[in-house]
Amino acid sequence: MQVKYKDKITFTVLICISLITIGMLLWILGYIFLKGFGNIDLVKLVPPIIATLYMVVIGLGIAAPIGIGAAIYLNEYAKGGRFVRGIRFATESLAAVPSILFGLFGMMFFLTSLKLGFSILSGALTISMMVLPTLVKTTEEALKTVPVSYREGSLALGASKFATISRVVLPNALPGILTGVVLGTGRIVGETAAIYLTAGTMYRLPASPLESGRTLSVHLYLLAKEGISFEEAYGTALILLLVILILNLFTYFIGSKLNKSRVK
Amino acid sequence: MKMIFWLCAAIMIIVITFMGAYIVFGGLPFFGHTNIIDFLLGKKWNPTGEKFGIFPMLITSIYGTIGATIIGVIVGISTAIVLVEILPSKVTKVFSAAIDLLAGIPSVIYGFWGLTVIVPIIDKLWGGKGAGSSLLAAIFILSIMILPTIIRMTEVSLRAVPNEYKEGALGLGASKFQYIFKVQLGAAKSGIMAGIVLGIGRALGETMAVILVSGNAAIIPKSLVDPVRTLTANIAIEMGYASGVHQQALFATGMVLFILIMLINFLLTQFIRSAERRSGNASKI
Repeated sequence: MQVKYKDKITFTVLICISLITIGMLLWILGYIFLKGFGNIDLVKLVPPIIATLYMVVIGLGIAAPIGIGAAIYLNEYAKGGRFVRGIRFATESLAAVPSILFGLFGMMFFLTSLKLGFSILSGALTISMMVLPTLVKTTEEALKTVPVSYREGSLALGASKFATISRVVLPNALPGILTGVVLGTGRIVGETAAIYLTAGTMYRLPASPLESGRTLSVHLYLLAKEGISFEEAYGTALILLLVILILNLFTYFIGSKLNKSRVK
Repeated sequence: MKMIFWLCAAIMIIVITFMGAYIVFGGLPFFGHTNIIDFLLGKKWNPTGEKFGIFPMLITSIYGTIGATIIGVIVGISTAIVLVEILPSKVTKVFSAAIDLLAGIPSVIYGFWGLTVIVPIIDKLWGGKGAGSSLLAAIFILSIMILPTIIRMTEVSLRAVPNEYKEGALGLGASKFQYIFKVQLGAAKSGIMAGIVLGIGRALGETMAVILVSGNAAIIPKSLVDPVRTLTANIAIEMGYASGVHQQALFATGMVLFILIMLINFLLTQFIRSAERRSGNASKI
């Protein structure tokens, strides 16, 4: 009897605490939606949106081939040993380093040593290092889901190792790899600290990646920090949130497609 | 072709080594100006007077991280238990999606929300020198930000506990919650610890959200509602205009942060290794 009574209390307490988690999310989403809805001024947001697009395309353009290549090496070629352990440790460390330190390094290396100055290119180079661990991890997971029998079949038919990887393994792992790319996009869109220190804060339409530009997140940060215009800040926050929502929906879409194809 | 893939993998090692070396070599010359003890324990940060003591920021980062971790762990582990053991699987899916979203929200939005919602509430309730911008606000925001990390890792490791444990415990007459608290949490310990350590790293490294809500005064906090500045905020705020010794001092701050994070990461790999060993043993049974 007593255990039952105790269990009931524990049950209630746990449910209440977990409702805090959901409550916080709803509070944040609700607040930004309500306040932001009437305050979206797309014309003023064009320069940050273009800068953000530049950042995503260049950042992923650099990081995706390297990350996917590294994952292919780890999953298809490597046979363990010290080098592989080193790579794993490096990947974990890169994932753990705070973005502000990437910014500090980017500022010193790309701005001062390579003389790129405050530019979208410096920002994209810096952020590409930040998304590498995400890409490596998700691609590796995706490669692991491709059955070994596929590879054996392809090799037995006389295909070379590289042909097996490019024609058999990669197409089958594509949805998983795509999820990684979407996650990377979200990370780039949401990043502030590293980009603020390397791409600068110039508010105008960037003519080329060699110019400074502020992304949506940096724009929101500056609006909020300097208290210039809270109305604009609410609108920017809502746009940023919508982008993240769409990216999240996209990963679910890919995920459910993946599950369906596996059931077949 | 193998060489190209090998090179891609090697880039990971090159990047982290290069970055570590750059930050350390950027910071080391500073210790010719101020010795390391005065730097770490000095209580005055006044760049124009060439006084560089990071103790206020160091202690703030530690307070903030500990506070956020305590709240994050209590709420996070409880939520994970509810997700894994209590809710029906359909509700769990929606709940999981919500947590993914929480993880995806950019830190600057958390900061902005904190600035416009939490800071005024704190100001109204307790006031304080920073008019609500305070250590408390930073802890509040950080604890929400590390929740998804702790929930995910706890969820995964709770699910990894073999079903035989549950059948055994229930068969011996334990109640559901006796099983959860006395058996399941113990068996999932290393994975949960890994999640907590990951959360600690995230809280320690967070920058922009903290700048927006904490008031950024480089003083040692005497109460929860005092305005404070963390190590990360110190770098982000002053890096834009710093030069000479001041810039070196900021690199030295970065170096302290880098070393702290690497220590945490080392701890993390130990926990993950022991978690893997455990699940390896469990599958043998």
